[in-house]
Amino acid sequence: MLGLSGCATGIVIIVLALILGYILVNGISYLNIDIITQAAKPVGEIGGGMRDEIFGTLILVVLASIIALPIGLLTGIFVSEYAGPKIASAVRFAADILAGVPSIVVGVFAYAVLVRPMHSYSALSAGVALAIIMIPVVARTAEEALRLVPNSQREAALALGINRWRAIAGVILPGAITGIVTGIMLAVARVAGETAPLIFTALGSAFGVQGLNQPIGALPLQIYRYALSPYRDWQQQAWAAAFLLVILVLGINVIVRWVSRRRSR
Amino acid sequence: MMNTIKPDAVLPAGKWDVAEGRRGRIGDKIFFNLTLIFTLLMVLILVGLIIILNIDAWPAIQRFGISFISSISWDPVNEIFGALPAVYGTLLSSLIGLLIAVPISLGCAIFLSELAPEWLSRPCSFLIEMLAAIPSVIIGLWGMFVLVPFIRSPVEKWLGSTLGFLPFFQGPPFGVGFLSAGIILAIMVIPIITAVSRDVMCAVPITQREAMLALGATKWEMINRAVLPYCRSGLVGAIILGLGRALGETMAVTMVIGNAYNLTASLFSPGVTIASKVASEFSEASGDIYIGSLVELALVLFGITLLVNIIARLLVWRATSVRTTGE
Repeated sequence: MLGLSGCATGIVIIVLALILGYILVNGISYLNIDIITQAAKPVGEIGGGMRDEIFGTLILVVLASIIALPIGLLTGIFVSEYAGPKIASAVRFAADILAGVPSIVVGVFAYAVLVRPMHSYSALSAGVALAIIMIPVVARTAEEALRLVPNSQREAALALGINRWRAIAGVILPGAITGIVTGIMLAVARVAGETAPLIFTALGSAFGVQGLNQPIGALPLQIYRYALSPYRDWQQQAWAAAFLLVILVLGINVIVRWVSRRRSR
Repeated sequence: MMNTIKPDAVLPAGKWDVAEGRRGRIGDKIFFNLTLIFTLLMVLILVGLIIILNIDAWPAIQRFGISFISSISWDPVNEIFGALPAVYGTLLSSLIGLLIAVPISLGCAIFLSELAPEWLSRPCSFLIEMLAAIPSVIIGLWGMFVLVPFIRSPVEKWLGSTLGFLPFFQGPPFGVGFLSAGIILAIMVIPIITAVSRDVMCAVPITQREAMLALGATKWEMINRAVLPYCRSGLVGAIILGLGRALGETMAVTMVIGNAYNLTASLFSPGVTIASKVASEFSEASGDIYIGSLVELALVLFGITLLVNIIARLLVWRATSVRTTGE
């Protein structure tokens, strides 16, 4: 039985190696500079790239961060610094439940709240959908990081006679900044690869980035479209784009974990 | 899970504000209210989600009533919609996923928390976390071009010829279908079940293990008789948490399940899940009833995952908080 548990771990790592291996091999063999520098070509024309989609993903991630960071961060501060135990666990529970809402349902929500009233698919609605996915992640990690700040620091700050919000902003928050940044980066990595809520909010765009109230392309969305397309050229571009996305997402994950582990030693 | 003493315990809130006079108190009030408002905003999003989905699904709810769940037709032309095949597909693919994922994940968790030395368990945990970080659409891409052909030709052919007398393994091997979707889901939920059950196992007090070993138990008996029973509810919570993830998983499943509105016992046949139905049709739907039906599907999915997640959270919380009260 003990051997079997080792085998189980082995299987999982082999599966991971298989997935990454295929993406690496296929991705690198189809990768060329056009993917980054060229816009998508219309159906039937060979070539083209994903310049606009890469740019679109950047815009969406920034937009989502602008919306989600204040909400997530201040929620984390509220739970860790102000709320009593009962309210804290209620808010924590709400955050966990929000984190468990399927991303496709979040997409439907963003569609109902923004796309329908505005009568247009838009970058803004996609940003809001991604923000809703980010908020609970940021809130929970921020709260956990804040709680790790030793209480003596809180008391020391307050003993100096400064008031509470300045103690939080000037002493407690800087003390937890590594953990908070870790959480933010992991949330960014998560939404950068998120596809389901974008299908009917961002929609994708054949005309590049036109504005926040217009449809916009995104890298994961384009991977989905191209993978399902019958054109060999597009499928190859999907592999190359998948390679870029994996490098981005896993890169963020590896760096963040490496840095936070070094700091915590 | 340290129980931190809030500054309130040292100085009751409001008392020490006086020290800095009126200005400080105003700053504090503003900051406190700011955090409160944003916290309420997050809770409001959750509540708003439920309300908005209900409003948008209302035309369909009104039209079909309870028969929406039991009807098997999906006919946009005549505007007759039923959710049964999608609900069935969601449950079936998640069940297959769990059947594969649970033994593997528990094996991993036992290995990582009980057996592996530090130098081995650390990189292994890290790699499993990396598997969780790969975006769903990329797992789907891999599933479409690597897994599905593999499932079609050796796996389903072999299952069909050896176990073909069972209704699950009959029919032509398409490759895309419930079996592929289940395997993809297994890959996607293994990291979460492993991580949570590892944490739950690590929360079992060391005294339990030592007592068992002191009685002369082998390592396996110690795990089987002391560790696993002690954290059983936490492990169930971990599995249900994985179930919640599997039910709502969208992209990877949409890409390998084949999207046919089918209600069959055969695991080889293409099917559909709630999430894949919504993902593949929502942007092309028109008319209140059609869109309403898709939103109602999303609402059903939301309801199921909400229930599953609440149960899982309660179980996991109870299991991991045992440590803090026990010590």
